[in-house]
Amino acid sequence: MILQPAVLTLLLISALGVAVLLAAAPFALQVIRRWDLASGSELQLRLERRTYLFSTLVAFVMALQLAGILLFVLNADRMAVQFPGAMCAVGTLNAGRFGFGALLGQVALFFLAGMWLTLNHADSLGRDYPLVRIKYALMVGLLLPAAAAVLALQWTYFSGLRAQTLTSCCGSLFAEGAGGLPGDLAALPPGPVRAAFFGCLALAVAAAWFLRRRGGYLTGLASAAAFAATLAGITSFLSLYVYEHPHHHCPFCMLKAEFHHVGYALYVPLFLATAAGLGTAALQPFRRVPTLSAFVPALSVRLSRVAAAGFLLVLLVALGILWRSHLILS
Amino acid sequence: MRAGIERQLALLDFTVASLARRKARNLGLLAVFALLVFLLASVTLFTRALRQEAAAVLAGTPEVILQRMVAGRHELVPPGYRERLGRIRGVQKVEGRLWGYYFDPVIRANYTFMVTDPAPRDGTIAIGPALARLRGLAEGGTLAFRSYAGELRAFRVAAVLPQPTELASADLVLVSEKDFRAFFAYPEGCFTDLAFSVANPQEARTVAAKLVRDLPDARAILREDSLRAYASLFDWREGLVLAMLAGALLAFGILAWDKASGLSAEERREIGILKAIGWETGDILRMKAWEGVLLCLTAFLLGYVAAYAHVFHGGAGLLEPVLKGWAVLYPRFALTPVLDGLDLLTLLLLTCVPYTAAVLVPTWRAATTDPDSVMRS
Repeated sequence: MILQPAVLTLLLISALGVAVLLAAAPFALQVIRRWDLASGSELQLRLERRTYLFSTLVAFVMALQLAGILLFVLNADRMAVQFPGAMCAVGTLNAGRFGFGALLGQVALFFLAGMWLTLNHADSLGRDYPLVRIKYALMVGLLLPAAAAVLALQWTYFSGLRAQTLTSCCGSLFAEGAGGLPGDLAALPPGPVRAAFFGCLALAVAAAWFLRRRGGYLTGLASAAAFAATLAGITSFLSLYVYEHPHHHCPFCMLKAEFHHVGYALYVPLFLATAAGLGTAALQPFRRVPTLSAFVPALSVRLSRVAAAGFLLVLLVALGILWRSHLILS
Repeated sequence: MRAGIERQLALLDFTVASLARRKARNLGLLAVFALLVFLLASVTLFTRALRQEAAAVLAGTPEVILQRMVAGRHELVPPGYRERLGRIRGVQKVEGRLWGYYFDPVIRANYTFMVTDPAPRDGTIAIGPALARLRGLAEGGTLAFRSYAGELRAFRVAAVLPQPTELASADLVLVSEKDFRAFFAYPEGCFTDLAFSVANPQEARTVAAKLVRDLPDARAILREDSLRAYASLFDWREGLVLAMLAGALLAFGILAWDKASGLSAEERREIGILKAIGWETGDILRMKAWEGVLLCLTAFLLGYVAAYAHVFHGGAGLLEPVLKGWAVLYPRFALTPVLDGLDLLTLLLLTCVPYTAAVLVPTWRAATTDPDSVMRS
């Protein structure tokens, strides 16, 4: 294990998250079983009070997860000097088992948490806590296992890391013909990927903007598609224009100072927009709940606007990269 | 949107006034928090700066150093060895280096004798600033050493190396090749080791592997490896100190918990009145959240600025012995200030997260108090 402040902080964050969710689990089960708004019993009053606490706690944990992803990638990038062969975060993530697994787990947890927080917010708007059972069932059934899995993956990854481990750099992993998912992404034909990239992003912006009043499911679907297409597009062709090199497909190197941290300008709006788009979809099943019907459309519109703005920003940044680049691919 | 922002601003305004009403308590907590940030930030700033210095020094070292080994020990490079090296493709600027250690019983320290190009004239030496300081020497002075043949040899100090190079030159004695060979009775044509660069730096590892295959009695030391070793060393030292400070972090968490749960009667009344006049539990929670944010950020800023001053203007007196290491001929050097985004984010999370976690439950307990029960008591 590499004893390092950022690693310690990441583990602290994850462990704290699991601890909070675990502590909340008995309460959540009690809510699921005993919640009865019509009752004025002592227990019900206690439960109502505690929902404040646990909603705040979970929101806190999820905000930490967001910071955690950023710290994880930044730290992986910085630790690359310790592994022969590594040149950016890819080498570090590849130097131990489950490096990429931990990253993907964190991304998944981030989106799940985003959807949960949206439901939580909607629930707090309704006077009769209409989503309280669903909310806590999702917390125990989905968030807790996901957070525990992320902690386990991070622990396995960090505890197995040894300095001087020989690893492979992004150049060999994200290479055409390297095989595996990264290699396949790099080898995708640029023409169709470019079309899918711009098409999906434009579709997501359009869906989020024009269908903001009733197209929640569609916005969610378009957001997920745009997320996947953007990641594929960055690896397949956009990276080449960033590095001005016909064979460098790494999606991580663009976070470095050499490339003016342009990766953040792509990834931050992409993640926020996708989370907002998925949140809109998560609200849809509850738009007919009587006490929520007045709030869900307004909340949906707000989230859709965030999603549209985010995807538009990604689109503009991508166009800016293509425009400014000196690379000409024929 | 605008109304939302105004609402938060009003809450913030109220929170500041409420914090000011309980000055003594909040200032105490602020001081302890700032002290904790100061300690942790001093460690991270100091190691980051040391790491930077190490990297700057190593950037000027040869790309690959080849040493000859006999029974696992470092041996002299015999004549003819150097020529065999030059035949390998990619190897450039092969240079035979001459250096060695000399123990000076006067100050009980080791000097590093070295031949450089250009070298001082025969009979003269150039010495490192730390050595000059310890032996009380200046340019034009004379320094005598007992040579390996047993006789005493006096050298005139032609120059004291400039202060900015001290990190690398503290214990250095630069001599001419002729003097070096005569002083240590060094065999003619032999070298201590060989340094060379590689045409394409990315191929350094491959070239080194090829060399070791062709010259099985040699070992290659790459600059990249030294850099990595230093990085691991500093990481490990920093991590160790931080792990020790984890106790302090825990103690601080307990203090914050205690402070937050020990609500004064006045504060309870305040919350009771607020709820009685229509504030909701959510509003009180938001107010308390602002309180936490204000306290966290102020303490962080104070602690960080103090740590910056401590490390870069005060010489990091509190941490030096642990993190820097120790030697008789220890270089004096000024650290170049570095601010690093990753370190800042790590530190912010490391200090504010435990605080927030510790005050959440007591805050909720305060926010959910019943107005009537408070007022009745």
